Amino acid sequence: MTSPVVRIDDRGKRCPQPVISLARAAKYADPGTIIVITADDPAALSDIPAWCEMKGMTLVETSDAGDGATAFRVQMP
Amino acid sequence: MDVTTGLLDAASGQPMNPAAREALMAALDAGWADPRRLYRAGRQAALLRDAARESLATALGVRPEGLHVCCSWAEALDAALRGLPAGAVAATAVEHSALLSGGDAREAAGRGELRLAAVDRRGRVDLDSWAQVLPGAVLACCQQANHEVGTCQPLGEAAERCERDGVPLLVDAGATLGHLPVAPEGHVVVAQALSWGGPAGVGLIASRQRVRGIPRGQDSDTLQSLPLLLAAARGWEWATAQRARTAARDRALTELLARRIASEVEDVVMLGDLDDRLPHLVAFSCLYIDGESIVRSLDAAGFAVSSGSSCVADTRRPSHILVAMGAVSHGNVRITLPYDVDEGDVQRFADALPGIVRSLRKEMP
Repeated sequence: MTSPVVRIDDRGKRCPQPVISLARAAKYADPGTIIVITADDPAALSDIPAWCEMKGMTLVETSDAGDGATAFRVQMP
Repeated sequence: MDVTTGLLDAASGQPMNPAAREALMAALDAGWADPRRLYRAGRQAALLRDAARESLATALGVRPEGLHVCCSWAEALDAALRGLPAGAVAATAVEHSALLSGGDAREAAGRGELRLAAVDRRGRVDLDSWAQVLPGAVLACCQQANHEVGTCQPLGEAAERCERDGVPLLVDAGATLGHLPVAPEGHVVVAQALSWGGPAGVGLIASRQRVRGIPRGQDSDTLQSLPLLLAAARGWEWATAQRARTAARDRALTELLARRIASEVEDVVMLGDLDDRLPHLVAFSCLYIDGESIVRSLDAAGFAVSSGSSCVADTRRPSHILVAMGAVSHGNVRITLPYDVDEGDVQRFADALPGIVRSLRKEMP
């Protein structure tokens, strides 16, 4: 069975918006859900991993989404 | 309204302590002359300058000829690196940005790489990583305590490893003096008068041992203001006499603040080492709020604080210190108590913060 995937596009939004969006999505997501959030604020590069670690979420993968944006693939515990 | 009301940010500016202020005012009358002149007023200025240099040198554990006086903390760090012979410079990842940008500039000019040692979540240098960046370096740089999160570095162990590798150690005490004793470690110590309630605009490099390329001695001084130098020296004496008392008061206040913030504000992360730290500093990040909004809301409520969040910096990059620690950088607040902190302000701040954070979160999209 594949995990459900939620996608968030926060390109062009400044920190802490990507972390807020991620937290909001996580609040309603079932265990095991994958959330893919794309952001281009430089602060997201450090803030999203730090937030995931703090909240016990797994940052499965970070990949280049082009034009200075990064896609963070996060899995709910 | 008194502009110092609610001042909880002494990191890069604070009112001068009474002795520094008095010395500065007196020096406007007695220390205006060029100390290089041979007439009476010049000779008197030279005597005052020599006494001030001697007292600052003694404070930092060096002879007067080992002291270089310049115009700021950042200038001191820059000057320390600029004349070094070619070769790598080692530093912790949480050093002052002036030191790191000086190291980057050397690297860009082909003078030698800048090697950074990792830090842990509290901002304390990882000694294994430190040992790896040292071999062959022309200088190693380590703070006594960090200016953004307050964490003290294990200087004894850091110095021991430098000794083993024959690398001279620069200890950056720019955030520290006036709050912690002068550390015995370091071939060279960098300091600034501002940290002990002296005037802004006085940076010091004190060489306990000669390190090739590091400026020393009166002839290399770039500070041209005798009144500032005199205020720095007298301010130091006052701060030293008061230090045990102010440090104990500050520690009690910051412990109270940290306890109340951690328990009364939702979704907050306390930063840095909560025990081995600068006594007058508390740093934390409030999740889901931007740093600029929180600084402005606190200002409107009568509290002056600083922030390491990216939206407060011109570069839009978050603080390299918070990034190196792997800490959340948004919603960041740093409190540094001035020497004459009003204890009531600290209580009022702790009372007001939870409501301010709550209302800002409601406004976030």
